[in-house]
Amino acid sequence: MNFFLNPLNWVTFFPLLGVLVILFLPQDNKAVIRWTALVVSLITFGLSFWVLALFKAGNPDLQMIVKLPWIQIAGWEISYHLGVDGLSILLVLLTGLLTPLSILSTWTAIEERVKDFMVFFLLLEVGMMGVFLAQDLFLFYVFWEFTLVPMYFLIGIWGGPDRMYAAVKFFLYTMAGSVLMLLAILWLGIYQGTFSVPDLVAQGGIPGDVQLWLFLAFAAAFAIKVPMWPLHSWLPDAHVQAPTAGSVILAGVLLKMGTYGFLRFNIPLFPQAAVRLAPWMALLAVIGILYGAAVSYYQQDVKKLVAYSSVSHLGFVMLGLFALNSQGIQGSILQMVNHGISTGALFLLVGFIYERRHTREMDAFGGLWKVAPVYGALTLIVTLSSMGLPGLNGFAGEFPILLGAFGSEAIGSSWYAGFGALGVIMAAVYLLYMFQKLFLGPLDKEENKSIQDLNLRELFTVVPLVILIFWIGLYPKPFFNLMAPAVDNLVQIVQAASLAVH
Amino acid sequence: MTANEFYSILPLLILVGWAALLLLVDVFITHRWKGWTAILAVLGLGTALLVTVFQMGSEFSSFNGMIVVDGFAHFLLILFTGSGIVAIALAHHYLDRMGLDRGEFYPLLMFSISGMSLMALASDLIVIFLALELLSIPLYILTGFARPDLDSEEAALKYFLLGAFAGGFVVYGIALIFGATGTTSLAGVVGTISAGSADLGLLAVGAGLVLIGLGFKVALVPFHMWTPDVYQGAPSPVTAFMAVGAKAAGFAALLRVYLAALPDLSPELTPVFWILAALTMSVGNLAAIAQSNIKRMLAYSSIAHAGYIMMALVSFGDQAAAGDAVAASLFYLLAYALTNFGAWSVVIALEKKAGQGLDLEDYYGMGKKHPLLAASMVVFMLSFIGVPPTLGFVGKFFLFRTVLQGGFIWLAVIGVLTSLISAYYYLRVVVNMYMHEGDPELATDGWLRLISASAALGTVLLSIFSVPLFRWVALSVLKFF
Repeated sequence: MNFFLNPLNWVTFFPLLGVLVILFLPQDNKAVIRWTALVVSLITFGLSFWVLALFKAGNPDLQMIVKLPWIQIAGWEISYHLGVDGLSILLVLLTGLLTPLSILSTWTAIEERVKDFMVFFLLLEVGMMGVFLAQDLFLFYVFWEFTLVPMYFLIGIWGGPDRMYAAVKFFLYTMAGSVLMLLAILWLGIYQGTFSVPDLVAQGGIPGDVQLWLFLAFAAAFAIKVPMWPLHSWLPDAHVQAPTAGSVILAGVLLKMGTYGFLRFNIPLFPQAAVRLAPWMALLAVIGILYGAAVSYYQQDVKKLVAYSSVSHLGFVMLGLFALNSQGIQGSILQMVNHGISTGALFLLVGFIYERRHTREMDAFGGLWKVAPVYGALTLIVTLSSMGLPGLNGFAGEFPILLGAFGSEAIGSSWYAGFGALGVIMAAVYLLYMFQKLFLGPLDKEENKSIQDLNLRELFTVVPLVILIFWIGLYPKPFFNLMAPAVDNLVQIVQAASLAVH
Repeated sequence: MTANEFYSILPLLILVGWAALLLLVDVFITHRWKGWTAILAVLGLGTALLVTVFQMGSEFSSFNGMIVVDGFAHFLLILFTGSGIVAIALAHHYLDRMGLDRGEFYPLLMFSISGMSLMALASDLIVIFLALELLSIPLYILTGFARPDLDSEEAALKYFLLGAFAGGFVVYGIALIFGATGTTSLAGVVGTISAGSADLGLLAVGAGLVLIGLGFKVALVPFHMWTPDVYQGAPSPVTAFMAVGAKAAGFAALLRVYLAALPDLSPELTPVFWILAALTMSVGNLAAIAQSNIKRMLAYSSIAHAGYIMMALVSFGDQAAAGDAVAASLFYLLAYALTNFGAWSVVIALEKKAGQGLDLEDYYGMGKKHPLLAASMVVFMLSFIGVPPTLGFVGKFFLFRTVLQGGFIWLAVIGVLTSLISAYYYLRVVVNMYMHEGDPELATDGWLRLISASAALGTVLLSIFSVPLFRWVALSVLKFF
């Protein structure tokens, strides 16, 4: 495929064009800057549909491959290598969708240094797209580390009162895992002779003991990003301090980079280690599910509650991934998208009320349904979706995950799925508790009586997500169809490895 | 002197001759026209650089093997003369601003560069010692150039005393190596060892003493004590130059002596190198956290970076890996030079008289008031940490690959973990610039803006389009005997 006609190049680097344009716009002309950023991100979203249009769902392999030699000298084999398959296509679409919605949510929330904000936001989109599309470990690492920089600034400049602490903590935590992954990447480059992910998967042949170490080094980077218990402590700080748009992207896309990393690298590159460690990963996942849910219940700050609920929800994703069977992994991929949609929407909704009242303490609210019924109804739908009500998207993801984990050979016990299922009930408890505190009861606070319902712009940011919530909940088949062949491929690799282990 | 000999040291002759002439010419340049001295010095450095470029691709030795001209030497000569030109651009307005515009600055700088160049060409221990002194003595003077400022004088005295002490170690080491092998020529040392007629015990002691002396020059822990005080006291452009030039020259000697001449000592010295590298990275980065003065912080950062380069030397006994080790260290030196000069150009732009404007708190509000300069500084800090897409990242990637290839996994782990620690203090500069309010005053100096902007662009673009650099370091082969 011609380099300039390849949609993957465009979808990755188009936001960079937007950055160049915005850099030359005058700083004071905030409206023009906002519109430019929005249009650029919308076009990028459109470009992600171009990728979808050319995507052949029945093909399990990488598609639309771009592979150009990059650094191929002195024993280096580094390529500029992009490709998309069933494991990543949905995440590309999710990134394309959430970026314009986030930008739209900043219309009135971000008044300071709008130009810098949009520059960082679009740079972040480049990094995220690159992470999901890169098929060369070096290139992947470049994108992966690069996403740190704009997110660091988004939290650090536009965040809450403790933003500097949160920003530095975010940077250092994430980098701590990444540097260990860097060494594992180098090891693969030296001893397997290539940085190309498909070549490495095809070639296999890494001794079992070494696989274990490499798995752990990669897992260090990804588990922090997910975040898996007990490496999650950066997340509440980052979320609470980040501006709304930052939280949406952080929860919606950046955390998925961690789960995607397990899916793309840990499982296919080190399948024997994945099989051997599956029970341990499942254990951590279940602890994360229960711990996140329990801690969520005790939060007073709505945003913190949603943040901890992410720890719980991503525990489900990890549980499904390490079920290492088709059901579990497919459910996990769908749940990554679901979590991006539902939690993204929750953060947006929290952002709206924060903009109106400048507080997120649950005790400051109550009875909001009476003054803002549209806001209440939308929040109810999103809340129900997040707790996994059948007919909404959360159920469509969590059910196959639990089913997969229940019958998983790799995990070896149905207790994990059993305890995991408790998390669904706990989610209902803390989410309904939150909804009740905010919207039900008497409207007894004077400040709340004058709260405006959502305006048109705000509706535009949330309604697309609500539509998706229903669509995925009622008819998830097209989404599963996109990923199924690639997942089956992955499961075959794992099964071959599982034979070698036992 | 034969034509061949003349040709081999031509860049050096140009530098020394030009500097000596410039000293005379400068007498006739009146105070108002000191800019001409700077221009003349740049012309001299440029001529030496051009001659070196012209010589590239050739490899020969002269003066009975005391001088060797190879790709390695060419690379370093270009690095030294280029650094000199940048240092002059950094210094010119600065000297004026600080009331230090005395013409002898430029010839002194050129003398020091000639010493560094001789170091790159030296393949005899006596020549190495000569080069060490030739590069150091002008640096001692330049360090004290801000006299009668007490800090500067103290720094110069400290640097001189410790430098002289370190020089003693080098001489004594050379004497022992001579005792063990009966020669000071590196080729001769290799010959005696392979003939089996060397006293290996004595040789190892001699090599250890030389290591201590050179360790002082490149500021390896535990021989780093002078660095923070000297870096802080010296005029900032001198510090910037010292951090690149003196370090690169020291590593030139280390690489030449240990890789080319003493690989047989690797059973004894590899553990020593390992410990020195690990200590230097750890102590440098940990101590930098506690600093509140940016010059001191960058001083400790330069110590830490010496540790990273030192990692490449650990596998010096392995002939197969040695070529990669040389290439990786040269690449890293280049990345460090570019980043370092960029960072110092920002520091110099903010510096005021009497050591003001050097606190980390003086960077408050930079991001808003001087967006371009602040953005450049962010690039330099990220490059120091090793975050892509910067040249510092590619350099570290290359270095760590060499270390893993040598099988030193734990050293690599220490290396990446200390870079993580370093992120903490480098990010503090970024936090101060972007997340605090303030109103920093800048010196209006076009050269500084030019250097910071082009260094930032170079740091990013060269990391993406790095193939020409890889090609260049691959050509910069160290000649083995």
